[in-house]
Amino acid sequence: MEYAVIFLPLFGTIIGYLSKYFGDMTSQLITTVSVCLSAVLSIIIFYNGVINNGYGNYLIYEWISSGDFQANWSINIDPLSSIMLVVVTLVSALVHIYSIGYMSHDPNKPRFMSYLSLFTFSMLVLVVSDNFLQLFFGWEGVGLSSYLLIGFWYKKNSANKAAIKAFIVNRVGDFGFAIGIFLIFLFFGTLNYNEVFQLVPSFSEKIINFIGFDINLITLICLFLFLGAMGKSAQFFLHTWLPDAMEGPTPVSALIHAATMVTAGVFLVVRCSPIFEYSQFALNFVAIIGMMTAFFAATVAIVQNDIKKIIAYSTCSQLGYMFFAAGVGAYHVAIFHLFTHAFFKALLFLGSGSVIHSMNNEQDIRNMGDLWKKMPFTWISMLVGTLALTGFPLLSGYYSKDAIIEFAYLSHTKIGYFAAAVGIITALLTAIYSWRLIFKTFHGRFNNQKISKSAIHESGLSITLPLAILILGSIFSGFLFKDFLIGHHYTEFWGNSILLLKKFSHEQVPVWLLYLTPTLVTLSIPLSYYLFIDNVKILDNIKLKNKVLYNFLLNKWYFDEIYEFIFINPIKKIGLFFWKSGDVKTIDRFGPDGISKLVKIISNKATKLQSGYIFDYAFVMLLGLSLLLTFFIIYK
Amino acid sequence: MNFPILSSITFLPLIGAFFVFLTRSEINQTNKGAIYVSLFTSFVNFFLALFLWYSFDNKTSDFQFIEELTWISGFIKFKFGIDGISILFILLTAFIVPISVISCINSVKTRLKEFLIAILILETFMIGVFCSLDLVIFYLFFEAGLIPMFLIIGIWGGSRRVYSAFKFFLFTLLGSVLMLIAIISIYWITGTTDVVEIYKIKIPSEFQYLLWLAFFSSFAVKLPMWPVHTWLPDAHVEAPTAGSVILAAILLKMAGYGFLRFSVGMFPIASEYFIPFIFTLSVIAIIYTSLVALMQDDMKKLIAYSSVAHMGFVTLGIFAFNKQGIEGSIIQMFSHGLISAALFLCVGVLYDRTHSRLINYFGGVVHILPKYSFIFMIFVLAALGLPGTSGFVGEFLVLVGTFKVNFLAAILASLGVILSAIYMLWLYKRAVFGKLEKNELKGMKDLNKSEFGILFCLGALILFFGFYPDPLIDTISVSVDNLITNYNLDISQSVALK
Repeated sequence: MEYAVIFLPLFGTIIGYLSKYFGDMTSQLITTVSVCLSAVLSIIIFYNGVINNGYGNYLIYEWISSGDFQANWSINIDPLSSIMLVVVTLVSALVHIYSIGYMSHDPNKPRFMSYLSLFTFSMLVLVVSDNFLQLFFGWEGVGLSSYLLIGFWYKKNSANKAAIKAFIVNRVGDFGFAIGIFLIFLFFGTLNYNEVFQLVPSFSEKIINFIGFDINLITLICLFLFLGAMGKSAQFFLHTWLPDAMEGPTPVSALIHAATMVTAGVFLVVRCSPIFEYSQFALNFVAIIGMMTAFFAATVAIVQNDIKKIIAYSTCSQLGYMFFAAGVGAYHVAIFHLFTHAFFKALLFLGSGSVIHSMNNEQDIRNMGDLWKKMPFTWISMLVGTLALTGFPLLSGYYSKDAIIEFAYLSHTKIGYFAAAVGIITALLTAIYSWRLIFKTFHGRFNNQKISKSAIHESGLSITLPLAILILGSIFSGFLFKDFLIGHHYTEFWGNSILLLKKFSHEQVPVWLLYLTPTLVTLSIPLSYYLFIDNVKILDNIKLKNKVLYNFLLNKWYFDEIYEFIFINPIKKIGLFFWKSGDVKTIDRFGPDGISKLVKIISNKATKLQSGYIFDYAFVMLLGLSLLLTFFIIYK
Repeated sequence: MNFPILSSITFLPLIGAFFVFLTRSEINQTNKGAIYVSLFTSFVNFFLALFLWYSFDNKTSDFQFIEELTWISGFIKFKFGIDGISILFILLTAFIVPISVISCINSVKTRLKEFLIAILILETFMIGVFCSLDLVIFYLFFEAGLIPMFLIIGIWGGSRRVYSAFKFFLFTLLGSVLMLIAIISIYWITGTTDVVEIYKIKIPSEFQYLLWLAFFSSFAVKLPMWPVHTWLPDAHVEAPTAGSVILAAILLKMAGYGFLRFSVGMFPIASEYFIPFIFTLSVIAIIYTSLVALMQDDMKKLIAYSSVAHMGFVTLGIFAFNKQGIEGSIIQMFSHGLISAALFLCVGVLYDRTHSRLINYFGGVVHILPKYSFIFMIFVLAALGLPGTSGFVGEFLVLVGTFKVNFLAAILASLGVILSAIYMLWLYKRAVFGKLEKNELKGMKDLNKSEFGILFCLGALILFFGFYPDPLIDTISVSVDNLITNYNLDISQSVALK
């Protein structure tokens, strides 16, 4: 069964693609059915794990073994991987179903479905790995599928650019990840999780000299691993690829750039909690980067106009929440938020996809408005998604996001208090940009000249069915799994799969903190309505008065421009310099070309020596003779 | 006496070449006879090599299938023998040659017969290099290989073929002269040119440094290492596809093999002494040539520069002197043989159809050549070292091995992995993706059966060894162990002497 979960999507990838000769339907059917089966099986595995403690490790075969360097292909089922299995396969199955409807006009359906399945396979390999190398395989594998899917419409230059950008920014992260792996192997002599984690405590004080700096080994490993996580999870400094990745088809954004792949970084940090727990510095670093991302992305989201980009920045911001949860040591809360976030963020993306689909690929929310009567079901699902995202009481996001803020507060450290404050402010910002999206899209005036309003209609069943399931998930996943995943007895579920060195105190959080966020979030609804529908002029005034700030936010803090300036252009210039000035003007000029020229010159001179005139030869002889004579006279 | 399988593998292509020579042909006509003979010869040779691999005993590090004949008594013996390291290269050669023969049937339009003869003779020389256990014999094969390659570039090459051919010749010959002198001095020092004997006698350490440098100068040019790499892009650009394939896949590997068999084996003390030197050059090669590759507008040049960067990993791994490093670099050479061959074939496919290699000339190829684009993508991914391809196994092991001895070198080399992703994906984007705008491209046909067949074989092998590199690692493991043990023994003895 465990094997089937992993390999069904691979089967779908290959057979689904090959079966395109039997028509698009066959491919769609094969890929979708295999992923759905995989989803059912992973729910069984999860259930079996919880009830019968049915965890285990299944070896497939040895991958690389060179001397003491060993890495296997294996399937490791533990609480953490089983919950990730459920998230990945479930969302993936829904997205597969959704894509049948969403991509109905696309000529390349088999390829699309097969890429989706390939992604699912790589993500599963990543999740169930029991060693760092297989994790790395999955890590790059999801990067590849993401690259392929972002660039799925390869006619569009912008899509190709975004795809390359995503892959390369991820490679920068992977570079760090790889160095983390090298360090682990060098000092622990193994890449197997369990063996590494057992050795970590004995190395916790070890200081090594790393290219001239004396650094604590564990801290160093954590920082490098985290660099990988930052790339994959689009954290501050390495986030620039995620908004651009929205060039891909919307189901891709829902599956890869919201629910699953981008959370791989969080998964990595949580998986490595037995290492991170021994480095307070690294944990603080994680927390700070998480906070910065959460805040930064929320500020940018407020002024964006592309419906998908707003949700993309929102994803970025929520990932920041997960990271600072992990950074204050609340790994289980991070995973809980990952779990609920998968539902409501997939819901938001798929809902916005439904809007885009029925508006002929219009993505600018300024060109929408008043759609709610036309697409009531989509409206409801977006509404539920937004409520859940903002943490409206009793919906899933409320339980997980508030838990993050509470646990940050409960950690009783300076960083923790600060994180709680950032969490609350960001929650308010989140509420504002989310409601802005809803009001501008579904309410107000209809602002589109290209399509008449009557042409807009609700999407078909293959689109609404996944939405319906995700609505249920967004409403209930928090409430149902709260006690189980982050309640007082959370260790019963998590077992050894995460390590918490210091236990969180069971004391109650102050009442004001409990009520603060929900109140703010609720108040933001009328506030946003007032700002974005009732009285737009106020905002226009603010925009005019703060032009600089507005542009700063609109241009995403100018990150792309800065990177262009300090990385991309210099690299191109250096490359050109090495080629033209290094290879051609130096090496070739003084090397082969120079030598052949020299030979030519010398031989030209040499020909001149043989003039054929006897007096020339006689002169040289005389000269030689006199030189020799002088030499002998002096040294005799 | 056993069946002389090594000599058979080595000289069978030569016999084949002779029969090709006997076939009748006009200059501009396709010559069926020559094609069949050369195909037959190269395939038989490939199966012989497979059989050799099958009967090879990977439990021992001793040389196997040894054949000895005296050539000049007391001086040169004709000695063949292989260990786990050589056999992989023999396999690679025997596999690549039939592929390049098939590819040139379509693309070489003039003097096909002579071209096939050159390739078959070249195969003899290349396999001879990997079998020789006598320095003089090795040198003969090593240098003789230059001649057919020189002709292939000079006769069937592009517009600047003569310049490139001479540049190629000048560079490689310069190093070889020094190597010849070194071989003669080794004979004066040890009284033999038999490599196995020399391993036992051990060359006194005071001679090692100069001898090492002499061998290095030859191998560094062939590999090529920075800064003597500039002949490679020119040679590749002008060479016909089949020539590029052989050049990248096998000729470059002869130098890597030479480092392992001769530099490290015979001069361990000097090898240890020069580690920082090699590391510096390798790291420069990786970063420098990757950056240069980024800015190329000619596809072949881009791949040629990327070859230099990939070979930088090879030297890095060899001179890390640990199991992961050396095994990694051997696998890297093997897989680079497959990948670069495949990439050059891919460029050849476009060149045959349009007679252009400029990246910007293309664009939107995916719309009319879907099969080609799919298979090209696999090789691009392999070249940038994606896990699951053989390129990853080699690169990763090399980096693990290097990291054990030098943090800085390994980290800088890892930057090369980012750069390779940039230039390969950018190349793919510009050539394959995008809108199909040029009218002259619209008539292109997708891969024909033979093109698809050879590319499919290469792709399948690259993926197979990416997921399951054990067959390779098992073959070399014991020999590499032996190499490292001997190296460490020599180093510790020399330290004890001091």
